[in-house]
Amino acid sequence: MSDNYFEIIRPGINTTFQDKGRDHLYHIGIPFSGAMDNRNYLIANKLVNNNLDAAIIEFAYQGPHLKYTGGKINFAITGDVIFIIKKGDTEIEGKCYESYQIENGNEINIISTSKSVYGYLALGGELDIKLQWNSCSINTKANIGSNDGKKLDTGQRINLKKINSNKDIKKTNYINTKIENIRVIKGTNFDYFSEEGKKIFYEKEFKVSKLSDRMGMRLEGPKIENIVNTNIKSEGLIKGVIQVPADGNPIIMLSDHGTVGGYPKIGAVVSADYDRLVQIAPGSKIKFKEINLSDAETLFKLYEMETQNLLSQI
Amino acid sequence: MIKNISNLGDTALYCDFGNEVNKSINSQVIKYFKTIKEKKVKGINNLTPSYNKLIISYDLKQTNFNEVKKNIENLNVETSLKLNTKRIEIPVCCHERLSLDVKRLEKILNLSRDKILENFLNKEYFCYMTGFIAGMPFLGDLNENMRAQRLETPRVKVPKGSVGLTEQFANIYTFESPGGWNILGNTPVKVFDSSLEDEPNLINPGDTVTFKEISLDQYKNYNE
Repeated sequence: MSDNYFEIIRPGINTTFQDKGRDHLYHIGIPFSGAMDNRNYLIANKLVNNNLDAAIIEFAYQGPHLKYTGGKINFAITGDVIFIIKKGDTEIEGKCYESYQIENGNEINIISTSKSVYGYLALGGELDIKLQWNSCSINTKANIGSNDGKKLDTGQRINLKKINSNKDIKKTNYINTKIENIRVIKGTNFDYFSEEGKKIFYEKEFKVSKLSDRMGMRLEGPKIENIVNTNIKSEGLIKGVIQVPADGNPIIMLSDHGTVGGYPKIGAVVSADYDRLVQIAPGSKIKFKEINLSDAETLFKLYEMETQNLLSQI
Repeated sequence: MIKNISNLGDTALYCDFGNEVNKSINSQVIKYFKTIKEKKVKGINNLTPSYNKLIISYDLKQTNFNEVKKNIENLNVETSLKLNTKRIEIPVCCHERLSLDVKRLEKILNLSRDKILENFLNKEYFCYMTGFIAGMPFLGDLNENMRAQRLETPRVKVPKGSVGLTEQFANIYTFESPGGWNILGNTPVKVFDSSLEDEPNLINPGDTVTFKEISLDQYKNYNE
């Protein structure tokens, strides 16, 4: 039993442990998983002096309510998140992108993410959790990762092997930018779709469906007509790929996606836009914009440079 | 041989081995897969072999499309290599409680239940690929008279262990999962075991699989 732990009073909607994810396993049917919004994952760890690839708590929409037992510890929350810190009888509203120090008996109550999906809670130190294939990332569909591959639940404890604490708080004034025009590269089955269908894909708005999760983002909008075949022989997928099944509504593969799929691929979201894509809440509208591969590679370089810059300033 | 290499998004190579699905093309895919896996090419972080395609994913922080493409084109793949594969027998119970779609299959295939089972059980299958969900094997080929389309409306939950048929293929649901395959039976065997990190899949691409019928009692007592 660990001396330093958080008790889960309320788990939130989809609260899991995540890190950088696991690679080299697509061929047996296991996706990367890992933190959905990689940039916010890295910033949170940096704010509490953790290794950048440390395990973190990811939540969607409503986060957990936690009560702490143990020595002084730092924590930080990233994303667009509303949360309250309770120290005895005092309650203060917390700010994202700022580290806090709490002590025995204090509570963190993560009320909700605001007009976004995922938020991150980094705890200073090291979580006491089991790794699978060198990653803690929980994939609830395949029950892989720490906590037996299940999301966190009421009454459970989050144990810490090691805690870091520092009175000096760290902060950064990062602002999450919203994105409506998602940049995509043409998919390998682009020609399966009618001229009208291709036009719809690039010109019309699509609404993010409530059925979206860590596996995929389902979209609703004008039907994209397929004129060749609504099925292909199953083949490998990567995150960001946009498949269009027979009903004509696109599905974007996200971090826990099925590793193979048999629906035609109309496009793929570029890597530079992935972190912001996953934060688009159900009910929001998005549009796709075509760019070429070399522009996509350049955009990612710039995005990555910006991330490194942000981290170096913390 | 790879007929064409294009890009899938900005983090993967899409290697096309042709449009047909047969053992010989699939064996080429598997040989490329095994060779690349062993060579540990810079930046490559995942490989997904399927019937006639190989998706090579890479880390865009370390490399890019042109670099990986060049590395793959310059790779020496011994395509006459003999694959080292296993033969596996999978027990399957086709009791009516587990054979969820046998009535539908009888109708579509115009065959009796006994005939369907006889056809299914007296056949060796080749594992073309694994995936979709962890460890799920895609096995082929079913006889021409055994080929049915997916369910019009997929099930929200297919029970774990279900053995399903679609077109020329059979598969095994390694987890409870949504799915639209025609379910003929259920196996008590653990086809995917995440506690075995080195070899979690019982069946791997290139392996040969046969099914052996067991009774409901044998099914229930199998893991005791």
